[in-house]
Amino acid sequence: MTRSRSAIPITLALSMLIAGVAGAEDASAPQDNIAVAREDNGRYYTAEDVPTFKIAGDGTVDWLTYSGFRRYHSECHVCHGPEGEGSSYAPALKNSAINLDYYAFLDVVTNGRKKVNAAENSVMPAFGENANVMCYLDDIYVYLKARGSGSLPRGRPAKKEAKSDAIRDAENSCLGNN
Amino acid sequence: MAQADTGERGDRKVSPGGLMALIGSTQEEDEMKRLLTLLALTSIGGAQVALANSDLQKQIDDPNQWAIQTGDYANLRYSKLDQINKENVGKLQVAWTFSTGVLRGHEGAPLVIGDIMYVHTPFPNTVYALDLSKDGQIIWKYEPKQDPNVIPVMCCDTVNRGVAYADNKIFLHQADTTVVALDAKTGKVIWNVKNGDPSKGETNTATVMPVKDKVIVGISGGEFGVRGSVTAYSMADGKLLWRGYSMGPDSDTLMDPEKTTHLGKPVGKDSGLTTWEGDQWKIGGGTTWGWYAYDPEQNLVYYGSGNPSTWNPTQRPGDNRWSMTIWARDVDTGMAKWVYQMTPHDEWDYDGVNEMILTDQKFDGKDRRLLTHFDRNGFGYTLDRVSGELLVAEKYDPKVNWATEVNMDPKSDQYGRPQVVAQYSTEQNGEDTNSTGICPAALGSKDQQPAAYSPKTELFYVPTNHVCMDYEPFRVSYTAGQPYVGATLSMYPPKDSHGGMGNFIAWDNKEGKIKWSLPEPFSVWSGALATAGDVVFYGTLEGYLKAVDAATGKELYRFKTPSGVIGNVMTYARGDKQYVAVLSGVGGWAGIGLAAGLTNPNEGLGAVGGYSALSNYTALGGTLTVFALPD
Repeated sequence: MTRSRSAIPITLALSMLIAGVAGAEDASAPQDNIAVAREDNGRYYTAEDVPTFKIAGDGTVDWLTYSGFRRYHSECHVCHGPEGEGSSYAPALKNSAINLDYYAFLDVVTNGRKKVNAAENSVMPAFGENANVMCYLDDIYVYLKARGSGSLPRGRPAKKEAKSDAIRDAENSCLGNN
Repeated sequence: MAQADTGERGDRKVSPGGLMALIGSTQEEDEMKRLLTLLALTSIGGAQVALANSDLQKQIDDPNQWAIQTGDYANLRYSKLDQINKENVGKLQVAWTFSTGVLRGHEGAPLVIGDIMYVHTPFPNTVYALDLSKDGQIIWKYEPKQDPNVIPVMCCDTVNRGVAYADNKIFLHQADTTVVALDAKTGKVIWNVKNGDPSKGETNTATVMPVKDKVIVGISGGEFGVRGSVTAYSMADGKLLWRGYSMGPDSDTLMDPEKTTHLGKPVGKDSGLTTWEGDQWKIGGGTTWGWYAYDPEQNLVYYGSGNPSTWNPTQRPGDNRWSMTIWARDVDTGMAKWVYQMTPHDEWDYDGVNEMILTDQKFDGKDRRLLTHFDRNGFGYTLDRVSGELLVAEKYDPKVNWATEVNMDPKSDQYGRPQVVAQYSTEQNGEDTNSTGICPAALGSKDQQPAAYSPKTELFYVPTNHVCMDYEPFRVSYTAGQPYVGATLSMYPPKDSHGGMGNFIAWDNKEGKIKWSLPEPFSVWSGALATAGDVVFYGTLEGYLKAVDAATGKELYRFKTPSGVIGNVMTYARGDKQYVAVLSGVGGWAGIGLAAGLTNPNEGLGAVGGYSALSNYTALGGTLTVFALPD
């Protein structure tokens, strides 16, 4: 990972986590984890500096949301089902992106998670060494958050913002100019 | 044959001789040929070799049993039992049930040998031996210890397609690629061997095929850059006897540049290397997780290899031989006699793993040894299984559009190649371009769910998918043990069709034509069973077991089992009663793609038809349901 993220105080993360747990599907999601507070070269952030999506009135999505749609359906879809809807055995990640705090979401994707017992054989692998996932973590996260918030319908986003040079440079650097 | 004394039950009385007459002379001749072949083998081969082989063949030939997952070595999935027939199947009732205790997708079927039924489960791959003479009491249970880290390395759920039997042993091929031989009477481990490395994405979902003194074993992991192979282990002790890879130098693929043929011509030196760029073949896919077939007369084992890795065709220039290929290998040496690559340089994930069904039929007035294969790419192929000559290649779903036809002119440089439509070529459209409206979708017009064949009708009964897709390939990097996919897909039912995502069809392999087609709301992901009672059985994703008339497709019976059916229907008899059994337990690829429903193109972009969500019909849970006629 070549990109760095600003650390936030633990107390703040905890309070966000609690708020997040309360949020169910659709519009009941906490707005402060969704509303765009600032833009940085084609990336959008909340007031708490958490990545978020932006969807214009005509349905144009930000580049990361579009890119997240693609990466999700390459890396996550084979277990978690189309468009974050969940499968017969893996959870609907469109809800996880709303219910889990951003940093908890990153933790699960990076380090994995196991629920193995008599009733369940549920294992999320650690993607920490997978560039195809880690270089697009924010993309996948904001896409799923857009889906879970009810702001983005199923299907391929029809219109998207252009890919900014900053996003392109970060991608190349992360992938090692692959 | 236990069926001989069923006359008192009000059903048609059938004697073994009468049964043979019903089946017709072709089948009778087949039986005779098989017997003669076995006799020949017995006299030529060593005593041990012949014993193991002829013992399993004997078990398979007893229609009261279900001794091999595929019904027989020819993959017919046809039973000579006829107590349950098209006149009385409507009266079928549930005789007994068994919960497997596992929630994930249940593929494959139980075996019945003698008094014992062997039932398997998805991960953790538990095996139960049930005593049918004591109301299904559990004789033994085997649950292997496996590292749960194998679970997420399995593409598309933790399914397992069942155990195999031979030589008083039960063979289980676990998710983590451990092949274990259990004592069939006690469940005690006799030997085990590791066929692959799950930390590199090598896993298993398939059954194994016992042949002669060997157990033939495949591997999964095409979405993780695994290089596919088929391996023969010694049935007695698990020793590795030969391994043939799907790509690489001739010493790896077990090909002879002169003697191994592709459509009648020698393959040439290192064909599994020269059709790849650089070292891409080392992570080239072509995995081998389908149902295998065996022809004792030819001493050949038949199977298909899967997609080349990655799903982004631009990253692997060349024909990518021998992914997407029908293989015929010598059982004793592993040497490839002939191959046929159906989809050179795959651009759609049309794995070639589906089963090869071996029949002896008249073709153009001549007796031919045929091989019929319903490929994921939507073409139904008929070949001469001795020579590998291509006889028929026709679409078995009229919506298939990625290719216009397969070139059938031996003089053409395109001979045997699908004629790709540029609009649907994800290679020609290029990386980062979304190709839309491609039919079939990546799961194919049919996936592993095996078809059945009735020698009485000479028809194939095929469970199919009726799904199209958008496909956008993009560049990915390879990390061992991590997904190596490189494409974004979205899937939906075909436009201007019946709105459902599946059909159950009857296919004529000589004409290459659909005889009848039953629309289904979901992909039909259950293996079919044809019987001498003129009935064909299959399961549906909502959970129905259905029985239809083998001649017309008319529905004769349906029963809703506890969960969606992705298992294969089997039949057996005890005393004077015929039973039909199927595992339900929704999951697999079908459970992933359809659980929440697909987007529906008829309702505009992004809209979802509520009817299409499988989760509205069924929930998880593995149960065996066994049916019989009332007393």
